[in-house]
Amino acid sequence: MRMATAALDGVLFGAGLVISGMADPMRVLGFFDVLGAWDPTLAFVMGGAAPVMAAAWALLGRMATPVFADAGPGAPGAAIDARLVGGAALFGLGWGLSGLCPGPAVAALGYGGAAAWVFFLALAAGLFAPAAPAWLARRMAASS
Amino acid sequence: MDPAWLNGLLGGVMIGGAAAILLLGAGRIAGVSGLLREALASAFSLGSGSEPRRGGEAIMFILALALSGAAVAYASAPADGPRFAAPAGLGTMAFAGLIVGVGVRLGNGCTSGHGVCGLARVSKRSIVATAVFMATCAATVAITRHGLG
Repeated sequence: MRMATAALDGVLFGAGLVISGMADPMRVLGFFDVLGAWDPTLAFVMGGAAPVMAAAWALLGRMATPVFADAGPGAPGAAIDARLVGGAALFGLGWGLSGLCPGPAVAALGYGGAAAWVFFLALAAGLFAPAAPAWLARRMAASS
Repeated sequence: MDPAWLNGLLGGVMIGGAAAILLLGAGRIAGVSGLLREALASAFSLGSGSEPRRGGEAIMFILALALSGAAVAYASAPADGPRFAAPAGLGTMAFAGLIVGVGVRLGNGCTSGHGVCGLARVSKRSIVATAVFMATCAATVAITRHGLG
């Protein structure tokens, strides 16, 4: 059941990303182009997603446990630190240069061509880069 | 189907619905950056210690997302295929992808994790992260489209 849920989820998420316009870099950048021809579409995407998620959080609060899991996510961490702000700033810079964030990058793989794939592969590398030095050190220590 | 705002709203509801299902079903936050990292770590045995079953679910989610996105794009495309206009050349797209990857890893979330799930539960961290990445994105667009040259 959990695999089926994950599959259904992915299907719905991917479809939603494309239908909403999130997977269209030019439309996304149009929303952020506050000095130019402003495209408000992303506001409607958030406007559609936020109430649904707010209802889901409220519903989770009334449930003993999630349907297939023992517990929900923990409370959000409190720390607003340099990692959070710096990470968000880097993300924003990359998003502003490409019009892509992780979800749309995956959704566009089937039709976005070289640009989408180059972005995705670099994204994958970036995801593991911060942990790479420690990982390599562990591997080297384990094999010596 | 036009107009764009309606598609945006419909797509947003679908995204919210998918995130809701993941939360209420599996008890996890639908942060695509985290799910993608989990899927890749599992697929390439880069072990971060996550249980194998969760890794398998993450792989399934990511694959389903990619296939569904492609299917919808082709189904709604004009005769010569879906259009995808990249705003920059391959070099910039690669650089952007790299810093997005590092950024979402450091910031522990992306648009879906912080912007949708986190804001909806009024998480302070998510509010700050979302404000920062949206402002930085807008500033980047302002400079690249209007500021330089």
